[in-house]
Amino acid sequence: MFPLTYFHELSLNTEYFMAFIVGIFFGFFLEQAGFGNARRLALTFYLKNLTVVKAFFTAIITAMTGIILLDHFGILAMDISWINPSYMWPGIVGGLIMGAGFAIGGYCPGTGIVGVATFKIDAIFNVLGGLLGMLIFVEVFPLIENFYSAGNFGERMTLPEFFSISVGIVGAAIIVMALAAFWASEWAEKKFGKEEEG
Amino acid sequence: MTKKLMSPYWAGFGLGLTLLLAYVFYGKGLGSTAAMMRTVVSIEKLFATAHVQQNSYLASYGAFESNPLNNWVIFQIIGLIFGSFLSGIWAGRAKKETNKGPRISNKQRFIYSVIGGVLFGFGARLARGCTSGVALSGGATLSLGSWVTMLCIFGGAYIIAPFIRKLWV
Repeated sequence: MFPLTYFHELSLNTEYFMAFIVGIFFGFFLEQAGFGNARRLALTFYLKNLTVVKAFFTAIITAMTGIILLDHFGILAMDISWINPSYMWPGIVGGLIMGAGFAIGGYCPGTGIVGVATFKIDAIFNVLGGLLGMLIFVEVFPLIENFYSAGNFGERMTLPEFFSISVGIVGAAIIVMALAAFWASEWAEKKFGKEEEG
Repeated sequence: MTKKLMSPYWAGFGLGLTLLLAYVFYGKGLGSTAAMMRTVVSIEKLFATAHVQQNSYLASYGAFESNPLNNWVIFQIIGLIFGSFLSGIWAGRAKKETNKGPRISNKQRFIYSVIGGVLFGFGARLARGCTSGVALSGGATLSLGSWVTMLCIFGGAYIIAPFIRKLWV
Protein backbone atom coordinates (compact mmCIF):
# COMPACT_ATOMS: atom_id res chain seq x y z
CA MET A 1 0.00 0.00 0.00
CA PHE A 2 1.08 3.55 -0.73
CA PRO A 3 2.05 6.31 0.17
CA LEU A 4 5.20 4.54 1.30
CA THR A 5 5.84 6.80 4.29
CA TYR A 6 2.33 6.16 5.67
CA PHE A 7 2.53 2.37 5.58
CA HIS A 8 6.15 1.72 6.46
CA GLU A 9 8.35 2.76 9.34
CA LEU A 10 10.83 4.85 7.40
CA SER A 11 13.43 7.16 8.86
CA LEU A 12 13.11 10.88 8.30
CA ASN A 13 16.30 10.71 6.24
CA THR A 14 14.64 8.21 3.89
CA GLU A 15 11.72 10.59 3.34
CA TYR A 16 14.12 13.46 2.70
CA PHE A 17 16.04 11.34 0.21
CA MET A 18 12.82 10.48 -1.64
CA ALA A 19 11.95 14.18 -1.75
CA PHE A 20 15.39 14.87 -3.20
CA ILE A 21 14.88 12.25 -5.95
CA VAL A 22 11.42 13.67 -6.79
CA GLY A 23 12.96 17.14 -6.89
CA ILE A 24 15.60 16.04 -9.41
CA PHE A 25 12.93 14.80 -11.84
CA PHE A 26 10.85 17.94 -11.18
CA GLY A 27 13.76 20.21 -12.08
CA PHE A 28 14.82 18.07 -15.03
CA PHE A 29 11.45 18.18 -16.78
CA LEU A 30 10.89 21.89 -16.06
CA GLU A 31 14.27 22.68 -17.63
CA GLN A 32 13.69 20.29 -20.53
CA ALA A 33 10.44 22.12 -21.34
CA GLY A 34 12.46 25.34 -21.60
CA PHE A 35 10.99 26.85 -18.43
CA GLY A 36 14.31 28.31 -17.31
CA ASN A 37 13.66 31.08 -19.83
CA ALA A 38 11.32 33.85 -18.66
CA ARG A 39 10.48 35.11 -22.13
CA ARG A 40 9.39 31.68 -23.24
CA LEU A 41 7.09 31.55 -20.21
CA ALA A 42 5.75 35.08 -20.70
CA LEU A 43 4.98 34.53 -24.40
CA THR A 44 2.23 32.22 -23.12
CA PHE A 45 0.20 35.31 -22.28
CA TYR A 46 0.54 36.67 -25.85
CA LEU A 47 -0.45 33.30 -27.37
CA LYS A 48 2.89 33.13 -29.15
CA ASN A 49 4.34 30.16 -27.30
CA LEU A 50 1.96 27.87 -25.47
CA THR A 51 4.45 25.33 -24.14
CA VAL A 52 3.26 26.21 -20.62
CA VAL A 53 -0.37 25.35 -21.37
CA LYS A 54 0.56 22.12 -23.15
CA ALA A 55 3.05 20.88 -20.54
CA PHE A 56 0.96 22.01 -17.55
CA PHE A 57 -2.26 20.31 -18.60
CA THR A 58 -0.44 17.19 -19.81
CA ALA A 59 1.11 16.96 -16.34
CA ILE A 60 -2.29 17.46 -14.67
CA ILE A 61 -4.10 14.77 -16.67
CA THR A 62 -1.17 12.34 -16.35
CA ALA A 63 -0.90 12.66 -12.56
CA MET A 64 -4.68 12.88 -12.12
CA THR A 65 -5.31 9.69 -14.13
CA GLY A 66 -2.61 7.85 -12.19
CA ILE A 67 -3.91 9.02 -8.83
CA ILE A 68 -7.55 8.19 -9.65
CA LEU A 69 -6.67 4.69 -10.90
CA LEU A 70 -4.24 3.83 -8.06
CA ASP A 71 -6.78 5.11 -5.53
CA HIS A 72 -9.63 3.19 -7.18
CA PHE A 73 -7.73 -0.12 -7.09
CA GLY A 74 -6.75 0.41 -3.45
CA ILE A 75 -3.06 0.88 -4.15
CA LEU A 76 -2.72 4.55 -3.15
CA ALA A 77 -4.70 5.72 -0.11
CA MET A 78 -5.85 9.19 -1.14
CA ASP A 79 -8.16 9.46 1.88
CA ILE A 80 -5.10 9.94 4.11
CA SER A 81 -2.93 11.78 1.55
CA TRP A 82 -2.66 15.57 1.25
CA ILE A 83 -5.53 17.42 -0.41
CA ASN A 84 -5.18 21.21 -0.72
CA PRO A 85 -7.68 23.10 1.46
CA SER A 86 -10.29 25.37 -0.17
CA TYR A 87 -10.22 28.87 1.28
CA MET A 88 -11.95 30.72 -1.54
CA TRP A 89 -11.30 34.42 -0.92
CA PRO A 90 -7.56 34.30 -0.24
CA GLY A 91 -7.34 31.68 -3.02
CA ILE A 92 -8.99 33.99 -5.55
CA VAL A 93 -7.16 37.19 -4.55
CA GLY A 94 -3.84 35.37 -4.12
CA GLY A 95 -4.31 33.71 -7.52
CA LEU A 96 -4.97 37.01 -9.29
CA ILE A 97 -1.91 38.60 -7.61
CA MET A 98 0.19 35.60 -8.65
CA GLY A 99 -1.08 35.94 -12.22
CA ALA A 100 -0.05 39.60 -12.33
CA GLY A 101 3.33 38.66 -10.88
CA PHE A 102 3.73 35.92 -13.49
CA ALA A 103 3.06 38.28 -16.42
CA ILE A 104 5.26 41.09 -15.03
CA GLY A 105 8.16 38.98 -13.75
CA GLY A 106 8.01 36.21 -16.34
CA TYR A 107 8.63 33.47 -13.80
CA CYS A 108 6.67 31.59 -11.19
CA PRO A 109 8.67 30.58 -8.08
CA GLY A 110 9.58 27.06 -9.25
CA THR A 111 10.63 28.14 -12.73
CA GLY A 112 12.51 31.11 -11.22
CA ILE A 113 14.62 28.64 -9.27
CA VAL A 114 15.20 26.66 -12.49
CA GLY A 115 16.34 29.96 -14.04
CA VAL A 116 18.78 30.59 -11.20
CA ALA A 117 20.13 27.02 -11.46
CA THR A 118 20.82 27.62 -15.17
CA PHE A 119 22.50 31.03 -14.59
CA LYS A 120 19.74 33.41 -15.77
CA ILE A 121 20.53 36.80 -14.22
CA ASP A 122 16.91 38.02 -14.39
CA ALA A 123 15.85 34.89 -12.47
CA ILE A 124 18.09 35.81 -9.54
CA PHE A 125 16.21 39.12 -9.25
CA ASN A 126 12.91 37.26 -9.45
CA VAL A 127 13.71 34.79 -6.68
CA LEU A 128 14.99 37.59 -4.42
CA GLY A 129 11.75 39.47 -5.13
CA GLY A 130 9.79 36.33 -4.23
CA LEU A 131 11.54 36.03 -0.87
CA LEU A 132 10.86 39.74 -0.25
CA GLY A 133 7.17 39.28 -1.13
CA MET A 134 6.92 36.45 1.42
CA LEU A 135 8.66 38.55 4.05
CA ILE A 136 6.09 41.31 3.43
CA PHE A 137 3.30 38.73 3.70
CA VAL A 138 4.38 37.36 7.08
CA GLU A 139 4.88 40.84 8.49
CA VAL A 140 1.38 42.00 7.47
CA PHE A 141 -0.15 38.62 8.37
CA PRO A 142 -1.56 39.77 11.74
CA LEU A 143 -3.56 42.43 9.84
CA ILE A 144 -5.03 40.04 7.26
CA GLU A 145 -5.42 36.98 9.46
CA ASN A 146 -9.23 36.99 9.16
CA PHE A 147 -9.13 37.34 5.37
CA TYR A 148 -6.62 34.47 5.21
CA SER A 149 -9.27 32.11 6.62
CA ALA A 150 -12.23 33.59 4.70
CA GLY A 151 -14.55 31.49 2.55
CA ASN A 152 -13.63 28.09 3.93
CA PHE A 153 -15.27 25.50 1.67
CA GLY A 154 -13.52 22.65 3.48
CA GLU A 155 -10.08 21.35 4.32
CA ARG A 156 -10.38 18.50 1.80
CA MET A 157 -13.09 19.70 -0.58
CA THR A 158 -12.78 18.18 -4.05
CA LEU A 159 -14.53 18.88 -7.36
CA PRO A 160 -16.38 15.50 -7.35
CA GLU A 161 -17.63 16.07 -3.81
CA PHE A 162 -18.63 19.70 -4.38
CA PHE A 163 -20.55 19.02 -7.59
CA SER A 164 -21.74 15.55 -6.45
CA ILE A 165 -20.39 13.97 -9.63
CA SER A 166 -18.35 10.75 -9.69
CA VAL A 167 -14.55 11.02 -9.82
CA GLY A 168 -14.51 9.19 -13.15
CA ILE A 169 -16.80 11.72 -14.83
CA VAL A 170 -14.86 14.71 -13.45
CA GLY A 171 -11.59 13.11 -14.60
CA ALA A 172 -12.98 12.43 -18.07
CA ALA A 173 -14.29 16.01 -18.34
CA ILE A 174 -10.87 17.41 -17.41
CA ILE A 175 -9.18 15.19 -20.01
CA VAL A 176 -11.60 16.42 -22.69
CA MET A 177 -10.97 20.04 -21.62
CA ALA A 178 -7.21 19.49 -21.73
CA LEU A 179 -7.43 18.00 -25.24
CA ALA A 180 -9.46 21.03 -26.33
CA ALA A 181 -6.80 23.31 -24.79
CA PHE A 182 -4.05 21.46 -26.69
CA TRP A 183 -5.93 21.83 -29.95
CA ALA A 184 -6.56 25.55 -29.28
CA SER A 185 -2.89 26.06 -28.35
CA GLU A 186 -1.63 24.52 -31.59
CA TRP A 187 -4.14 26.63 -33.51
CA ALA A 188 -3.16 29.87 -31.70
CA GLU A 189 0.56 29.34 -32.24
CA LYS A 190 -0.08 29.00 -35.99
CA LYS A 191 -2.41 31.98 -36.06
CA PHE A 192 -0.34 34.42 -33.95
CA GLY A 193 3.07 33.25 -35.12
CA LYS A 194 5.02 30.93 -32.91
CA GLU A 195 8.04 32.54 -31.29
CA GLU A 196 10.77 30.75 -29.43
CA GLU A 197 12.55 32.50 -26.60
CA GLY A 198 14.85 35.48 -27.11
CA MET B 1 25.90 23.55 -28.91
CA THR B 2 22.38 23.82 -27.54
CA LYS B 3 20.28 20.67 -27.65
CA LYS B 4 16.65 20.79 -28.73
CA LEU B 5 13.97 21.17 -26.06
CA MET B 6 11.82 18.21 -25.17
CA SER B 7 8.33 18.24 -26.69
CA PRO B 8 5.94 20.08 -24.32
CA TYR B 9 3.74 17.00 -24.16
CA TRP B 10 6.60 14.65 -23.22
CA ALA B 11 7.94 17.15 -20.65
CA GLY B 12 4.42 17.47 -19.23
CA PHE B 13 4.05 13.68 -19.14
CA GLY B 14 7.34 13.47 -17.22
CA LEU B 15 6.19 16.19 -14.82
CA GLY B 16 2.92 14.36 -14.26
CA LEU B 17 4.71 11.07 -13.50
CA THR B 18 7.00 12.97 -11.12
CA LEU B 19 3.98 14.34 -9.27
CA LEU B 20 2.47 10.86 -9.14
CA LEU B 21 5.76 9.55 -7.73
CA ALA B 22 5.64 12.20 -4.99
CA TYR B 23 2.17 10.98 -3.96
CA VAL B 24 3.25 7.33 -4.08
CA PHE B 25 6.34 8.10 -1.97
CA TYR B 26 4.99 10.45 0.68
CA GLY B 27 1.36 11.34 -0.06
CA LYS B 28 2.09 14.98 -0.86
CA GLY B 29 2.70 16.93 -4.05
CA LEU B 30 5.31 19.15 -5.61
CA GLY B 31 6.12 22.52 -4.10
CA SER B 32 8.37 25.52 -4.50
CA THR B 33 7.15 28.38 -2.33
CA ALA B 34 6.96 26.39 0.91
CA ALA B 35 10.73 25.91 0.78
CA MET B 36 11.25 29.60 0.00
CA MET B 37 8.97 30.50 2.92
CA ARG B 38 10.98 28.30 5.25
CA THR B 39 14.16 30.00 4.07
CA VAL B 40 12.66 33.40 4.93
CA VAL B 41 11.57 32.16 8.37
CA SER B 42 15.01 30.70 9.15
CA ILE B 43 16.69 34.00 8.21
CA GLU B 44 14.21 35.98 10.33
CA LYS B 45 14.81 33.58 13.19
CA LEU B 46 18.52 34.33 13.08
CA PHE B 47 17.94 38.05 13.54
CA ALA B 48 14.68 38.18 15.50
CA THR B 49 13.98 34.96 17.39
CA ALA B 50 11.38 36.50 19.71
CA HIS B 51 9.52 38.00 16.75
CA VAL B 52 9.20 34.56 15.13
CA GLN B 53 7.54 33.18 18.30
CA GLN B 54 5.07 36.10 18.48
CA ASN B 55 3.84 36.07 14.86
CA SER B 56 1.49 33.07 14.64
CA TYR B 57 2.22 32.53 10.95
CA LEU B 58 5.99 32.56 11.44
CA ALA B 59 5.69 30.41 14.55
CA SER B 60 3.83 27.72 12.60
CA TYR B 61 6.95 27.26 10.48
CA GLY B 62 9.55 27.06 13.20
CA ALA B 63 8.97 28.26 16.72
CA PHE B 64 11.30 27.54 19.63
CA GLU B 65 13.62 24.58 19.10
CA SER B 66 12.34 23.46 15.72
CA ASN B 67 14.43 24.24 12.67
CA PRO B 68 12.34 25.68 9.80
CA LEU B 69 14.68 24.03 7.29
CA ASN B 70 14.25 20.55 8.75
CA ASN B 71 11.46 19.62 6.32
CA TRP B 72 11.03 17.48 3.21
CA VAL B 73 10.16 20.52 1.00
CA ILE B 74 13.72 21.81 1.45
CA PHE B 75 15.15 18.55 0.09
CA GLN B 76 12.73 18.59 -2.83
CA ILE B 77 13.95 22.08 -3.74
CA ILE B 78 17.60 21.02 -3.46
CA GLY B 79 16.71 18.21 -5.87
CA LEU B 80 14.96 20.68 -8.19
CA ILE B 81 18.07 22.89 -8.30
CA PHE B 82 20.26 19.85 -8.92
CA GLY B 83 18.01 18.36 -11.62
CA SER B 84 17.52 21.58 -13.55
CA PHE B 85 21.24 22.39 -13.31
CA LEU B 86 22.20 18.97 -14.72
CA SER B 87 19.59 19.25 -17.47
CA GLY B 88 20.76 22.77 -18.36
CA ILE B 89 24.44 21.79 -18.45
CA TRP B 90 23.75 18.67 -20.50
CA ALA B 91 21.59 20.59 -23.01
CA GLY B 92 23.91 23.60 -23.22
CA ARG B 93 21.24 25.95 -21.87
CA ALA B 94 22.96 26.73 -18.55
CA LYS B 95 24.63 29.97 -19.52
CA LYS B 96 24.84 33.46 -18.08
CA GLU B 97 22.14 35.47 -19.84
CA THR B 98 19.07 37.66 -19.36
CA ASN B 99 15.87 36.81 -21.21
CA LYS B 100 13.53 39.70 -22.03
CA GLY B 101 11.54 41.35 -24.78
CA PRO B 102 13.55 43.25 -27.44
CA ARG B 103 12.18 46.67 -26.46
CA ILE B 104 13.43 46.98 -22.87
CA SER B 105 16.90 47.24 -21.32
CA ASN B 106 18.46 44.69 -18.98
CA LYS B 107 18.06 47.12 -16.11
CA GLN B 108 14.32 47.52 -16.79
CA ARG B 109 14.01 43.74 -17.01
CA PHE B 110 15.67 43.32 -13.60
CA ILE B 111 13.32 45.86 -11.98
CA TYR B 112 10.20 44.21 -13.41
CA SER B 113 11.60 40.82 -12.46
CA VAL B 114 11.81 41.91 -8.81
CA ILE B 115 8.29 43.43 -8.91
CA GLY B 116 6.86 40.25 -10.42
CA GLY B 117 8.67 38.17 -7.83
CA VAL B 118 7.35 40.26 -4.92
CA LEU B 119 3.77 39.93 -6.22
CA PHE B 120 4.11 36.20 -6.83
CA GLY B 121 5.70 35.60 -3.43
CA PHE B 122 2.97 37.54 -1.62
CA GLY B 123 0.14 35.99 -3.64
CA ALA B 124 1.50 32.48 -3.16
CA ARG B 125 1.46 32.82 0.62
CA LEU B 126 -2.05 34.27 0.55
CA ALA B 127 -3.31 31.40 -1.62
CA ARG B 128 -1.36 28.78 0.41
CA GLY B 129 0.90 27.79 -2.49
CA CYS B 130 2.01 28.59 -6.02
CA THR B 131 1.84 27.10 -9.50
CA SER B 132 3.42 23.82 -8.38
CA GLY B 133 1.98 23.38 -4.88
CA VAL B 134 -1.55 24.57 -5.62
CA ALA B 135 -2.25 24.75 -9.36
CA LEU B 136 -0.39 21.57 -10.41
CA SER B 137 -0.59 19.34 -7.32
CA GLY B 138 -4.00 20.56 -6.16
CA GLY B 139 -5.22 20.44 -9.76
CA ALA B 140 -4.25 16.79 -10.18
CA THR B 141 -5.85 15.83 -6.85
CA LEU B 142 -9.05 17.68 -7.88
CA SER B 143 -9.08 20.13 -4.95
CA LEU B 144 -11.90 22.65 -5.46
CA GLY B 145 -9.93 25.61 -4.09
CA SER B 146 -6.85 24.72 -6.13
CA TRP B 147 -8.83 24.74 -9.39
CA VAL B 148 -10.23 28.17 -8.53
CA THR B 149 -6.74 29.50 -7.72
CA MET B 150 -5.30 27.94 -10.90
CA LEU B 151 -7.91 29.68 -13.05
CA CYS B 152 -7.21 32.96 -11.21
CA ILE B 153 -3.46 32.66 -11.87
CA PHE B 154 -3.98 32.18 -15.61
CA GLY B 155 -6.83 34.73 -15.64
CA GLY B 156 -4.79 37.35 -13.78
CA ALA B 157 -1.84 36.92 -16.14
CA TYR B 158 -3.98 37.21 -19.29
CA ILE B 159 -5.75 40.32 -17.90
CA ILE B 160 -2.46 42.12 -17.09
CA ALA B 161 -0.50 41.00 -20.17
CA PRO B 162 -1.94 43.45 -22.77
CA PHE B 163 -0.95 46.41 -20.56
CA ILE B 164 2.69 45.33 -20.32
CA ARG B 165 3.15 44.08 -23.87
CA LYS B 166 6.34 46.14 -24.21
CA LEU B 167 8.09 43.97 -21.61
CA TRP B 168 7.96 40.85 -23.72
CA VAL B 169 6.95 41.35 -27.35
